[in-house]
Amino acid sequence: MIFLSRIHALVRKEFQSLLSTKSGRLLLVMPVVLQTALFPFAATLEVKNASLAVFNEDRGRASVEMMQRFAASGAFTRIIPVWSAAELDEAIGTREALLAVHIPADFSRKLTTDEASPVQVILDGRRSNSSQIAFNYLQAVLDVYLKDRAAAAGRVVPSEIVARNWFVPNLEYTYFILPSLVAIITTIGSLIVTALSVAREREQGTFEQLLVSPLSPEMIMIGKAVPAVVVGFFQATLILTAAVLVYGIPFRGSLALLYGAMFFYALALVGVGLFISSISKTQQQAFLGAFVFMVPAILLSGYTAPVENMPVWMQHLTWVNPVRHFVEIVKGVFLKDASFARVLTLVWPLVVISMGTLTFAALMFRRKSA
Amino acid sequence: MDWISWRRLRALCWKETLQIFRDPSSILIAFFMPLLMLFIFGYGINLDFSKLRIGLLADDAGAEAEAFAAALTGSPWLEVRTYDSRAAMERALVDSQIRGFVVIPQDFSRQMKRADATAPVQVVADGTEPNIAQFVRATVSGVWQTWQMQRAGERGGDLRRDISLEPRVWFNAAAESRNFIIPGSITVIMTVIGALLTSLVVAREWERGTMEALLASPVTRTELLLCKILPYYGLGMLSLMLCVGVAHWVLKVPFRGTVPALWLVGSLFLLSVLGIGLAISTGMRNQFNAAQAALNAAFLPAVMLSGFIYEISSMPLVLRGVTHIIPARYFVSSMQTLFQAGTIWKLLWPDILMLAGTTIVFIGLTAKLTKRRME
Repeated sequence: MIFLSRIHALVRKEFQSLLSTKSGRLLLVMPVVLQTALFPFAATLEVKNASLAVFNEDRGRASVEMMQRFAASGAFTRIIPVWSAAELDEAIGTREALLAVHIPADFSRKLTTDEASPVQVILDGRRSNSSQIAFNYLQAVLDVYLKDRAAAAGRVVPSEIVARNWFVPNLEYTYFILPSLVAIITTIGSLIVTALSVAREREQGTFEQLLVSPLSPEMIMIGKAVPAVVVGFFQATLILTAAVLVYGIPFRGSLALLYGAMFFYALALVGVGLFISSISKTQQQAFLGAFVFMVPAILLSGYTAPVENMPVWMQHLTWVNPVRHFVEIVKGVFLKDASFARVLTLVWPLVVISMGTLTFAALMFRRKSA
Repeated sequence: MDWISWRRLRALCWKETLQIFRDPSSILIAFFMPLLMLFIFGYGINLDFSKLRIGLLADDAGAEAEAFAAALTGSPWLEVRTYDSRAAMERALVDSQIRGFVVIPQDFSRQMKRADATAPVQVVADGTEPNIAQFVRATVSGVWQTWQMQRAGERGGDLRRDISLEPRVWFNAAAESRNFIIPGSITVIMTVIGALLTSLVVAREWERGTMEALLASPVTRTELLLCKILPYYGLGMLSLMLCVGVAHWVLKVPFRGTVPALWLVGSLFLLSVLGIGLAISTGMRNQFNAAQAALNAAFLPAVMLSGFIYEISSMPLVLRGVTHIIPARYFVSSMQTLFQAGTIWKLLWPDILMLAGTTIVFIGLTAKLTKRRME
């Protein structure tokens, strides 16, 4: 009982120091609100409002119709007509256009003589992902046009692709971003709270007072861990609510499963945070330490670029990255109603990571307090 | 009172420099962090799909179905896993083991042979990964088209040759995302050094009261500003040279610009972010708050709104407007120009003018805040 009441007192003290000032309270909520409002619109690889430069040297009906279809497809908000190869160069060079289409003078003539009629499309390689996606839009429009042309000529294409997307049929980016945000923002929140709390006490000299109190190092660690876990749960709940109510994304899976997994994730973060704070002397070092961990962990979580595109050695390395597993869990449970067995395969790395970091932090604490 | 005294300025700068080199965390941020980030951006942030993992279920055992399956398996862009049951394949999609799947339906071969029927190929992609889903669809369509062309060629043209789009990539012929992401990522690194590190350091001086001690001395405002700017400017430029050097020689990203042009845009950008960092710390005077503010006001915009991964033109109008006041935006675009196109002044001038503008605004803001604090 004494054990529990001591921890209770410590946790209360931690919450007081976290919530006592207005700026402290504000910093727990404001960044979450700001990022939930901003991220879904900024951090997307979606191609919108792209412009297409067109240099049409052919005046035939087929080329005009093809261009009209490109313009009507909605993928490009601006069509820039150019009249020379030099202007075409300039449109791409100055980034005015993402793609440029060059239809040669003999385009229609070749079509009537049954020759293959190539159309050159120039992609801006400085924006290779966007320009390839925009090129795919063009190709899809052309595929429909080719089918219509065949039908008009009384032919039937021998085969066709029927494509569908599961879970998110229209590929809305917000469906992908918000579940990932749950993982990313809670990372920042709980990690900084844990990493800085010990360092701040050390810088202000109150850590020594804690150590000479009847609290054991383990109790101090639990006292530091509880507020961070609570902050993580609070911020995650905030984003989940916004995702469902504001962005209207249906939550398909089991909430209990998600929160259960979240507990182990928060534990892993607390382990990392305590580990960082146990090796730093000042707040500045703790903050920069947390930053040096956080940036790679978030960037290599599979959110910015898929894990399978990394070199194999780096893919193995990401196994120790808690963010990677949790991004998968939230996306899986939220959008795909992932099964318990699937979540379990993603949770056990989190358990291993938290055991490792917590043990190490405990050893460092013991050494410091001895 | 003198406006500036070189002797005092030199002494102050020396003190700052010592402070930088005595704290291991500032060295960590200035030299270790850039290298770590370059390697992460160079190898980890790869938007080129070299091997898309897809499932394949062939319900048809005919020759046509087999030929198409072979075309899929033979594609260098796909890693095809064959399944016998649809349920198992669907489970693999839910569990993210595959990013999409292709189903060749039962009477595919028979329908291919008939002149009046169209044989469908079903492609399903995992919509929870929108970018990957786009590439799954495009890659499978590509394989399918090539296969159709070959088949038409072999059979003597029952599929007429028609319009085809021939892509050519300019500026980055191999379309390697690394070549445009690395120049952009240098922006993020410079922001961390310029804004995050300075905001912490100056806020600490306020927190510990050493700033008051400085203010009580005969130091002028100009000297105070310069002694905070110059050492970090030097540190940042060293870091920039390190980044460009590693990007060019180790990561083999071609650099086509010239050093004076790099020095000019680099200096202007660094001074802008130093201005942001100093303004934040002078305004906040508290390390914890200054660090949080720098994270939200400098670092996140540099990642999200600078256009180095996420296209600015795809953002809503309001956000596009906001990007215009973010110095990182202009530095990203001039770095990409310098790396991939060369020193093309016509492209660089607008960026340089805007960077000069942001430098004046943010350094001016710091000067104003410092003045108020001193009174």
